[in-house]
Parts: sequence; C-alpha cells; structure tokens
Amino acid sequence: MAKKKKRLTPKQNIIKGLIKENPTFVLILGMCPTLGVTTSLENGLGMGLSVLFVLILTNTLISLIRNIVPSEIRIPVYIVVIALVVTMLEWILQAKFTGLYNSLGIFLPLIVVNCIILGRAEAYASDNTVFDSIFDAIGMGLGFTLGLSTLSFVRELLGTGSVQLLGFTLFETSVAATFLVQPAGAFLTLGLIVGIINTIKVDRAKKKKAIMDIKIAAALKIKAAKAAAAAAAKEELANG
Amino acid sequence: MGDLLTLAFTSFLVQNIILSQFLGICSFLGVSNKRSKALGMGLAVFFVITLSGVVTWLIYYKILEPGGLTFMRTIVFILVVAAMVQILEMAIKKFSPLLYGSLGVYLPLITTNCAVLGVALLNIQNNFTLPETLVFSAFTSLGYTAVIIVFSYIREQMLKAPIPEGFKGIPSGLIAASIMALLFKGFVGLI
Repeated sequence: MAKKKKRLTPKQNIIKGLIKENPTFVLILGMCPTLGVTTSLENGLGMGLSVLFVLILTNTLISLIRNIVPSEIRIPVYIVVIALVVTMLEWILQAKFTGLYNSLGIFLPLIVVNCIILGRAEAYASDNTVFDSIFDAIGMGLGFTLGLSTLSFVRELLGTGSVQLLGFTLFETSVAATFLVQPAGAFLTLGLIVGIINTIKVDRAKKKKAIMDIKIAAALKIKAAKAAAAAAAKEELANG
Repeated sequence: MGDLLTLAFTSFLVQNIILSQFLGICSFLGVSNKRSKALGMGLAVFFVITLSGVVTWLIYYKILEPGGLTFMRTIVFILVVAAMVQILEMAIKKFSPLLYGSLGVYLPLITTNCAVLGVALLNIQNNFTLPETLVFSAFTSLGYTAVIIVFSYIREQMLKAPIPEGFKGIPSGLIAASIMALLFKGFVGLI
C-alpha cells in the first residue's frame, strides 16, 4: 500500500472544489458547456446543477465499485456508468423541466464527455472512500456551478441589459452590448475573468514574497546587531 | 448537389465547430500551443469524426430505431466512439507506423473530445440523410483541423509578445480566440 495521503475534512473538501481548485477558473476543465450555455444565468445555473447531480451519483457509484473493477478496463467501465447517469438525467429533465431541456440542447448528452466528471472519477473516486468521494463531488459540482453562474451573470447583465431568473428581473443596466451573448463574447469574458484572477494571484504571491524578504532582512539585521554587541562586549572584557 | 455544397461550406466556416458551436474546446486550448501537436491532433480528429459520424448514423437508423431503442443513443454512441478510436489506433499501428508515430499519442485523447460525440448527436438531431451525414462530419472536422492549426501559429507568435504575467497562457489564448470568432462571424454574409 502506498503511503496514505492526508484526509481532508468534508468542509475542506468543499472549499477545495469551490475556490482552491475551482474547475472553471483554476483547473480550466469542462470548457465546452462553460462557453456554450452561459448566455443566460438560468441556463448557466441549470447546467451547473445538472453536472453537480451527475457528479455526486457517478463519484458515489465509482467509489463503490472501485475494488471490483480490474484496472485495465476501468476507463470504459467509468464511461458506461457516467453515460447511464446522464441518460437518467436526460429523462428527468425532459419530463419535469422541458424548458431547460430544450435550451441546454446538445450540451446535456455531452455531459458524458465532460472532463470534470471522468477526471474526478479517475483522480479521486477511484481510490477514496464513498464518504470522501461524495464531498469531493459536492465541492467540485458547486465550484463548477459558481463558475458558470459568474460567467453567465456577467454575460447576461452586460449583453442583454438585465438578468432574469425564474421570471423575475434581478438586475438592470442601461447599456447592452449584444456582442457579449454571441460566441466571441464568451471567449472574451472567460479570458478576462481568468486573467484577472491570475493577476490577483500573482500580485498576492509577490506581496507575500516582499513581506518575507522584509522579515528576513529584519532578522538578519537583528542577528548582525547581536553579533556586533557580543564582539563589543568581548573587546571590553579583553581590554579589562 | 448544391445543397450539399452549402452544407459543406456552412459546417466548415460559418458554423465552425470550435468558434461558434463550442465543441472540442478542451483539446483546442490544450494542444494548440505547438504547431506539430496541432497538426497531429487535427488530423486524428478528422479521421475519427468522419468515421464515427457515418458509423453512428448507420447504427441509429439500422439498429436502434427499428428496435425502438432510440433512448439508448447516448450510451451506444459513446461506446461506438471508444471502440472506433481503439480500432483506428490498431489499424494505423499495423499499416502505417510512420503515421502512428505522429498521431498515436493523440488518438486515446479523442474518446473524451466532445466534438466527436457532438457531431454524432448533431447528425441525428438535424435528421440528415447518409450523404449529408458524410459531408457534415467531414467538413465539420476539417473546420476543427483548420482552426486549430491557424490558432497554433497565432499562439506561437504570442509567446514573443510582452503579455502581463497574469494573462499569459490560457487567458490571452481565450482573448485571441474571441477575436478569431468575430472574424469567422463575417463568413455569415457569404451564403
């Protein structure tokens, strides 16, 4: 057995998915639906929650069967499990939420090949307990939902002039740049958001380094002063 | 014949799979940083999409529909795609070791490329006939290949540009893709 990695608590696991390893803005995974369905907040949220649902079920199932499946054929088995869950989701949405089913269109069956789901199955659920895998799924799914809703909120607000959710108007602006709800706007908005997040991170790392440098310099100064004082005391002793 | 020509043109440029349909973005961003990688991936995707598009069409209309199993299409299609990729890999390895050398690494990645399953599903969704399916699959994947190769040239040039630290790599790539998508919008006027 390999050395056991430190186990994350459920809370840490969820925060990891939401912020530290956010699938949309940090890991850059599952880009097709991210760009394709984020023309309105409602679609973005719907897609995010669909992926959350699929991810929880697949992570649970794969974690349950992880000791039975021979490792040579694990990827095909995982894909079949994921395809089954997605087909189930398609039926549920078609029956209960026909509007969402129609607006997600081809991106709904394409959840099968969403890199996040197979990625989590392979990287996490295949060698962790069911309990941990469920919280990993919740964290990653919520992170994806957060990413999609941020992106779709910006695009809908600036692209159409107002944000609508379940028939209510949440926000309104006086400008509308239709460019943003078109394909080109999707690339631009995502590029800018990821760029801004990276810039903040780089700045923070620089600041941390600067603070550390100051601390090290201060520590060196104190050390030098102490050495000088000790030398002076020695000299005084020698001089009698 | 004219219809097929329009379809070819539309799927190649106007409704470009990457820049207006958003399929295959992961591989588009992942392998477009080197020209040689982009060419290999582009060709591999072209072979797989064209073949699997036709095969899934035949399976859907000859097996699934007569059997009343159309609700199973997502599962069946992904299995067909995975099998196709495996068979293609073995065939290329046996018949053309040279081609295998340049495409081999990219083939396994294609199973989870959403463009492949996407085209197979679009063929069915649009009620295409067999010739239409062939044209649509071939030209859509050619559109993918063309865009990924052009984009890899742009990204190689961008390495020389003084880009702010935080925008290096993916963010600046996405912004360049946005400008390319705007350019491709111009093709709408052609049909």
